[in-house]
Amino acid sequence: MENLSALIRLDYTLMIVGIGAALLGTVSGALGTYAVLRRQSLLGDAISHAALPGIAIAFLLTGSKAPLILVFGAAVAGWLGTLLIMSIVRLTRIKYDSVLAIVLSTFFGFGLVLHTLIQRTGNANQAGLDTFLFGQAATILESDVLTIGILGGVALIIMLIFWKELKLLVFDEGFAASIGFPIRTLDVLLTSLLVIAIVLGLQAVGAVLMSAMLVAPAVAARQWTNRLRLMVFLAACFGALAGVSGTIISSTASRIPTGPTIVLCATVIVGLSIAFAPNRGLVWGRIRHRRSRSDLKTAADGLLKQSQQRSE
Amino acid sequence: MNEHLDIQLIAIVTAVACALPGVFLVLRRMTLMSDAISHAILPGIVLAFFLTESLSSPLLILAAAGTGVLTVLLVELLQRTKLVKEDAAIGLTFPALFSIGVILISRFAGNVHLDMDVVLLGELAYAPLNRLKAFGYDLGPIALYVMGTILVLNTVFIFVFYKELKLATFDASLAAALGFAPTLIHYGLMTLVSVTTVGAFDAVGSILVVALIAGPPTTAYLMTDKLSLMLILSAIIGSVNAVSGYWLASLFDVSIAGAIATMTLIVFGLIFLTVPNRGLIAIARRDARQKWEFAQTMLVIHLFNHEGLPEAEAESAIADLHEHLSWDPTFTNQVVRYALNNRCVSQDERQLTLTEQGRAIAQQALVQ
Repeated sequence: MENLSALIRLDYTLMIVGIGAALLGTVSGALGTYAVLRRQSLLGDAISHAALPGIAIAFLLTGSKAPLILVFGAAVAGWLGTLLIMSIVRLTRIKYDSVLAIVLSTFFGFGLVLHTLIQRTGNANQAGLDTFLFGQAATILESDVLTIGILGGVALIIMLIFWKELKLLVFDEGFAASIGFPIRTLDVLLTSLLVIAIVLGLQAVGAVLMSAMLVAPAVAARQWTNRLRLMVFLAACFGALAGVSGTIISSTASRIPTGPTIVLCATVIVGLSIAFAPNRGLVWGRIRHRRSRSDLKTAADGLLKQSQQRSE
Repeated sequence: MNEHLDIQLIAIVTAVACALPGVFLVLRRMTLMSDAISHAILPGIVLAFFLTESLSSPLLILAAAGTGVLTVLLVELLQRTKLVKEDAAIGLTFPALFSIGVILISRFAGNVHLDMDVVLLGELAYAPLNRLKAFGYDLGPIALYVMGTILVLNTVFIFVFYKELKLATFDASLAAALGFAPTLIHYGLMTLVSVTTVGAFDAVGSILVVALIAGPPTTAYLMTDKLSLMLILSAIIGSVNAVSGYWLASLFDVSIAGAIATMTLIVFGLIFLTVPNRGLIAIARRDARQKWEFAQTMLVIHLFNHEGLPEAEAESAIADLHEHLSWDPTFTNQVVRYALNNRCVSQDERQLTLTEQGRAIAQQALVQ
């Protein structure tokens, strides 16, 4: 009887973690689509690393470790980092990739400085940093799921409201600007949505792996369709699938961390999509190639036979 | 040697060793490859660690460097399918490899001493503790020798293949046409980056090594157009960041690697603000000057158009100028003062007349 109730309790925890991971996968998959299409796949990596000083400052200012306060700090820092990236790109000749690298690493370094400062005053333990880096999906609680659901839902609704504008921004920025859409405002809006998805995901997969949660579902979805609507929907589904399957797999054996497992599941989905998606998939391409080669060969053989018969 | 000196020497050698190949990464728009490599080498390190059970074995560096090159290969393989763009290919590859590394560690190395924090964050303060000893003499910290060797390797590679690197960086197709094998150069460079990253993570960790690789070259890129100068400036900036970061860290008793990264951002910001021609201040001043010069040109053209005509007297009255040019009155006064200072116009009582110089400016502007 005791075993049974333990089992149910375990399953309940697992269910909560699974729901949380699925929600995160949905939000980051849908919003990651835009980043991937705009060739800003690594912006997520930069934002998630740049969030560290925000967490430290939020803690230093409030002395509280409440997730909502830390998430808010992370969002502000990640957002500031992104604005810095945008303005450096606009004002100098430095290329986008270098700007990402420099903001990512130096913000993170500053966060590390603040973190050691906090440690020295004896207020916090190392666990805080580990959680930030690798996430701690197993500690997702009901209240966290609620936070993820509400904030992520708001982000998705905003995305739907500005669907037309964002679509235009992604596919033809110049045209959007020429017919009078406020490009820079839309850019900031889209990035802010991305920041929300990222800071929510930090708890589950951590800063290092967050970029995969944005990129992988979108890349997988891209193989199946050429339509934005379907791509966003598929990416959200793939993200959720990776979240759930990663949670379940990591629960089957001890000492398999959830975050990396979720990322590997997402990678497997990408691999399968690249191989087997209709039209674009590598396997179908190979088969098409082989079939057209054998068609060509039979045709050539037929011609050869005909010309031989004629010369006889 | 005392500890302060040891740490600073290691920091400088590491910073310069990272900055030199970083210059080519920045110019080739491949800076984020260093981020990818520094994370993706984790499974290589873990596997080599399982084999040797030591964190300072040379096999570790070899295995990690091999994984680094494998990462580059994987990214290019993904790109070559034409199904995935370069940035997404990088964003897919390194988290996957890194995840494998993390899972390997937590699954099999739970009780062994392989601390994730050490790999990711490094700790420069401990670097001098691990010393090279021979014949009973203390020859200095091992890290200094490792990074010193890598620095020499990088310098020699860049020195020997300078021409090839330069050509492959700025015109890859010309390099290929001339038979310089840009692919070989590319993989040579990537191997160097991998080896450098592995050597450096011991001291600064795999995230902050990106600051060492990307920071100084990006800063130097703001200052010069010459490759040779950019290499030298990067080395200097890297050293300045390292030393100032070290003292910042000692002052506040915080993470040295983090402080070096912070100094990297501060130095970048200072150069970004103040550098002549491309700096923010220079841009703002140029914009302001252009605004006044444009206004002055408009003024002299206006005067020139009506010069010698019957309405000239009305058109050149200072009090009414703002209406003719539809400018704000205060702005008009400022422009008149600016033009008077430049001797483009002269004032007699309430009229403005063109000087020779002003007439020349107007004529030139109208011809253009």
